[in-house]
Amino acid sequence: MAASIPWTIKHAAPGRSNHATKATTEPALVRWSLIAVAVVFLGAFLLLPLGVVFGSAFEKGFRFYINSLSEPDALAAIKLTLIATGIAVPMNLIFGVAAAWAIGKFDFIGKSVLITLIDLPFSVSPVVSGLIYVLLFGLQGLMGPWLIAHDIRIIFAVPGIVLATIFVTFPFVARELLPMMQAQGNDEEEAALTLGANGWQTFFRVTVPNVKWALLYGVILCNARAMGEFGAVSVVSGHIRGLTNTMPLHIEILYNDYQFVAAFAVASLLALLALLTLVVKGIVEWKTRQQLAEQATASGETRQ
Amino acid sequence: MAVRFKQRSIIPGFGLSLGFTLFYLCLIVLIPLSATFLKTSTLTWQQFLHVALSPRAIASYRLSFGGSLIAAMINLVFGLLVAWVLVRYEFPGRKLFDSLVDLPFALPTAVAGIALTTIYAPNGWLGRPFASIGIRTAYSQLGVVIAMTFIGLPFVVRTVQPVLEDLDRELEEAAASLGAGRWQTFRHVLLPSILPAALTGFALAFARAVGEYGSVIFIAGNMPMKTEITPLLIITKLQEYDYPGATAIAVVMLIASFALLLGVNLLQKWSSSQRRLDDAGAGRAEASPSLTPVLVREGGR
Repeated sequence: MAASIPWTIKHAAPGRSNHATKATTEPALVRWSLIAVAVVFLGAFLLLPLGVVFGSAFEKGFRFYINSLSEPDALAAIKLTLIATGIAVPMNLIFGVAAAWAIGKFDFIGKSVLITLIDLPFSVSPVVSGLIYVLLFGLQGLMGPWLIAHDIRIIFAVPGIVLATIFVTFPFVARELLPMMQAQGNDEEEAALTLGANGWQTFFRVTVPNVKWALLYGVILCNARAMGEFGAVSVVSGHIRGLTNTMPLHIEILYNDYQFVAAFAVASLLALLALLTLVVKGIVEWKTRQQLAEQATASGETRQ
Repeated sequence: MAVRFKQRSIIPGFGLSLGFTLFYLCLIVLIPLSATFLKTSTLTWQQFLHVALSPRAIASYRLSFGGSLIAAMINLVFGLLVAWVLVRYEFPGRKLFDSLVDLPFALPTAVAGIALTTIYAPNGWLGRPFASIGIRTAYSQLGVVIAMTFIGLPFVVRTVQPVLEDLDRELEEAAASLGAGRWQTFRHVLLPSILPAALTGFALAFARAVGEYGSVIFIAGNMPMKTEITPLLIITKLQEYDYPGATAIAVVMLIASFALLLGVNLLQKWSSSQRRLDDAGAGRAEASPSLTPVLVREGGR
C-alpha cells in the first residue's frame, strides 16, 4: 500500500520533479535578459498588431465606427459570413463526430491512411483550396457545362463560398475530438451497452459528456477559421460587392480603397472573435486538466 | 487465419460512422482534389513544365519557399527562447503572453495582413524608424518574411512547451553535479530532448508560411518577379482565365504540401518515440495525452 501511493501521485502529475535549485537555474542576469528578449519579441509581433487594429478602428470616434459597420455592404458581408459559417460548422461538426467515433472507438486496417486524408485540408494552401472548387464547378471546370445547362451557379455565388469554407475547416472538429475519444477508451461505452443502453443513448449520455470540452473547442476553432477565411473564399467569390463578399473580403476592399478606419472597424469585430477564441481555449484547457486529474485520482483509488 | 478488416467490438455504429466519414471525405476533399490532377493531365508535359518553371514562377517559388525558410528559422530560434521563458521562469504577464501566443492561429489572415502592413508601412510605428535608416520593411521581401514570421510564431512554441514541461530536473541536477555549466547542460542534456519537437514545429511553421496568402499580400507589394508570392501568381493567372497555367502552379504547390505533410508526420513519429525514451528513462508510465500537441496542428488562414 505505502509503496503504491508515490507511483499514483507521480502518475497524476506526469514527470515533474520541478524543484528549481541553484544548480538548475540560470543566473538572474541571464534569466531577465532572456525574459526581456522574449517579451519584446512577443510584444512586437502580438501586442502591436492587436493595438493597431483596435486603435485604428476607433481613430475617428465611436460614431464613425458604428457607421462603418452599419453600411449596407458591410452588413451584407457580415450576413454572408454568418451564413457560410452557419452551414459549414454544423456540417463539419457532424463529420467530426462521425470520424472521431469510427477512428477512436474501433480498430481497422487503413486507420492511419484515413487520418492522413482527413488532415489534407490543413496542408493545402488556401488559394489552392479555392482553386480546386473552381476547377470542378467553374465555367471551364469538369462540371461546368452541366451546371450552366441547369442554370446552377456555384462559383462566384454563395454555394461556392460555403463549399470553400467547409473545405478549409474540414478537419478541425475531428482533430480535436479524436485524441480525447482515444484517451477515454471503450470501457464506459461497453459498460453502458451491457446495462442495456442502445447506441444513441450510449453516445449522448456516456460519450458526449466525456469529450464535451474538446468538442466545444473544436467547434470554436472551426467557427473562428470559417469566419476569417480569406484566400479560399477570395478565389471562389467573384468579389461582387453586396453579394459575394464575406467580412475578410470586405476588409480587403475597404483597405485597397484607402478607407483604413472603416477596414479596421470591420477587422476589429473579427479580432474580438479571435480574442474570444483564445479565452475559450484557456477555459477548455483548464477544464480538461481538471477532468484528467479527477480521472487519475479515481483510477488511483480503485488501484489500491 | 484470415486478416479481419476490423477487430471485433460490441460498440455499435461502425458502419454508419465510417460510411458517412468516407462519403463526406470523398465529396468535400477527394473528388475536388482529383479534379485538379485530372485538369492537369490535359496539359502536355512540355506545357506543364513551361508554366511551372517559367522565370516568373521560379521567382515566386524563391520568395514563397525562401521567405518561409527564413521565417521558420527565426521562429525556431525565438520559439525555443519563448517556450523556455514561458515554462521555466515566472514574471508578470506570463499567463497573458502564454495565451497570446496562439493569436496568429485565431486571428483571421486579412486582419493580420492589414495590421502588419499598417505597422511596417513607411509611416507606421515600426516602419518609420527603419525607413529612416534606409530599410524598407513594407512592400518588400523583408515585409513578406515579417508576415511569415508572425504566421509561424506559435508552432515551435507550442510543440516545444509540452516537452519542456515534462523534462525531469533530475537530469540537469545530475549534469550539474558532474560539473557541467548551465550552457553545457542545455547543449548536451536538454537540447537533444527538445530537438525533435522543435524541428516538428519548424516544419509546421515552414509549411504554413509557404501557402499563406491573406497575411502576406497586403505587406508584400506584389510586384511580379520581385515581391510576388506563389499563391498570388495562381490568382493572377485565374483572373486572366489562364486555368491551365493556374492549375500547373497549384499542382506544384500541392506536391510540395504533401511532401511537407509527410515530413511533418515522420518528424512527429521521431518526436513521440523520443518522448517515450525519455519517459522510460525517467521511469514513468506514458504521460497522459494533452490537448496542446493537437492544438498545434491547426492553422487559421
